[in-house]
Amino acid sequence: MKKELQAAAIALLASMAIGSVLVLVVGQSPAHVWWQMVVRTFSSWYDVGQLLYKATALVFTGLGVALALDAGLFNIGGEAQLGAGVLACAMVGTALPAGTPALVAIPACTLAAAVAGGAIGWLIGVLRVTRGAHEVITSIMLDAIVAGIVLWIANAYVFVNGTATGLPIARGAELPSLGMGGSAANVALVLALAVAGAMWWLRARTTWGQAWRTVGADREAARSAGIAVGRVQILVMTGSGALCGLAATSLVLGHEHAYEQGLGAGVGFLGISAALLGRMHPVGIVLAALVLGFLSSGGLAVDDLVPKELTEVLQGVVILAIAAAVPLVRRASP
Amino acid sequence: MSWLWIVAIPFAAQVVRISVPYALASLGGALTERSGVIDLAIEAKLLAGAFAAAAVAHATGSTWLGLAGGMSAGVAVALVQAFCALWLEADQVIVGVALNLMMLGGTRFLLQVLYHEGANSPPCPEYGDAVLANPTVWLAVAAAVCVPLALTRTRWGLRLRAAGDRPDALVAVGASVKQERVAAVAVGGALAGAGGAQLALAVGGFVANISQGRGYMALVLVILSGWRPGWAALAGVGIAFADALNFRLQITGLPVLRELGPLLPYVLTLAVLVIFGGQKQKPPESLGKL
Repeated sequence: MKKELQAAAIALLASMAIGSVLVLVVGQSPAHVWWQMVVRTFSSWYDVGQLLYKATALVFTGLGVALALDAGLFNIGGEAQLGAGVLACAMVGTALPAGTPALVAIPACTLAAAVAGGAIGWLIGVLRVTRGAHEVITSIMLDAIVAGIVLWIANAYVFVNGTATGLPIARGAELPSLGMGGSAANVALVLALAVAGAMWWLRARTTWGQAWRTVGADREAARSAGIAVGRVQILVMTGSGALCGLAATSLVLGHEHAYEQGLGAGVGFLGISAALLGRMHPVGIVLAALVLGFLSSGGLAVDDLVPKELTEVLQGVVILAIAAAVPLVRRASP
Repeated sequence: MSWLWIVAIPFAAQVVRISVPYALASLGGALTERSGVIDLAIEAKLLAGAFAAAAVAHATGSTWLGLAGGMSAGVAVALVQAFCALWLEADQVIVGVALNLMMLGGTRFLLQVLYHEGANSPPCPEYGDAVLANPTVWLAVAAAVCVPLALTRTRWGLRLRAAGDRPDALVAVGASVKQERVAAVAVGGALAGAGGAQLALAVGGFVANISQGRGYMALVLVILSGWRPGWAALAGVGIAFADALNFRLQITGLPVLRELGPLLPYVLTLAVLVIFGGQKQKPPESLGKL
């Protein structure tokens, strides 16, 4: 536990240092930019709400990526899984009759998002287990393929003539806003925290969690212990995809209330940063999602000082830094 | 039959041009992987190579200097990869993915900082449709011949393969495993950087995400070829064929093909990986191990 915290802290500091160099490249003072990010973000309810909205989606994709990583699989197909989840969620929401009560509409849309994302995760898992195809490669190929298919379906059935937006979803499927200064923060945040809690319980307190973590730690040992490694890997990838797809609840049901082209783009990749920075622990992932949410909403808040692309670079830097910090900490305290 | 040639020759020329980045990237990837370093950062090297080539060619007006810039950028990314993987002992798969994301954002960041542009670099001198007058085509052909020969017939190649298969044997004769690997990764980076340069110099400028996953496809080619660089480069021509076919399909203007045509190379790569993957030769024995 202490080592995980140390690794995350080192990675964050290293990322900030590299970020500071980039700020210097642009010709600004790092201290000023960082301070302005904090001040501007926390001076209005609206900006805090936007931070929470960004963090909500990241908790889902972060938990998804972490579940796979826990089992020794690297799911970088979050983009595809969330893209499919967003489309399925919105299409079910639009198809529901206008008067559908929330008790039916919200679970139906949520299930659609999870099933769509889970199906893609399942496919990656099956290809890995039965064909030995590395999940990183199949994930990236599927990211491109699913994006194309989603665009095709959206063009054919969803977009209202000539726009890049679909019809609004049924009123009953809308998740209430948290009402923070008109920001996008919504009740999906509660759902995200509940899912994080459930993941913590599954991971730490059940034999299922034991099984997938054993598979991640030592595949051969897991096989010797009688765990059906292939089945666990497929189940885990399915769950991982479903979790990534669930981020659609916040994006579609909580905020946009319709399908929109490009909705959720980048959140799947950013989930990798959240999972690694959170050291695969659900509580860590929630904290990491808040930090990354701060980075991306804070990055927008200071876009008059530094280009917003800087935060995109930092997302990759965080991953690199944590990958380097983990062995560093391990070697320092054996 | 002369009409056939009118269609076939431009199509073949297009296939050759498109196959250059795949061939160079997979040759570089094969070198890197044979030395024992997992090369998921090919995408980053293509992006860096393409951006640097466009920027240098724009600034100097020379495609030759652009090509040199692209290759240097590929080496630079490769050295960061080697430093993280070999000295910091970071997980090589994660390092690769992190570098790819960094360069995807990093090139966009540089577009903004240098040119105040969101997606496109200013125009630079270009190779255009030329095939025989395009130096990267010749570089790809030369590399496709020399890399397999160097790997199997030279002392350097022997040591490189030893670093990937039996690093302990290398230690036993008093050689440095890290040194061999860094050299292999750097040469691999130069080749991938040249592939990136072709992407940008063919169209006379850099576009955000210009590589579009070609780096990942190059790695698939390496795996499918059984880590044999000559075959990997040849397989790149197959992917290029699917790419070129897509361009032709786009011209037909059928609505379904507009969205699904561009998926052809990805579907082909995935299909080939699923059908033929895992039954060819084994990877280098110490791939990904320190």
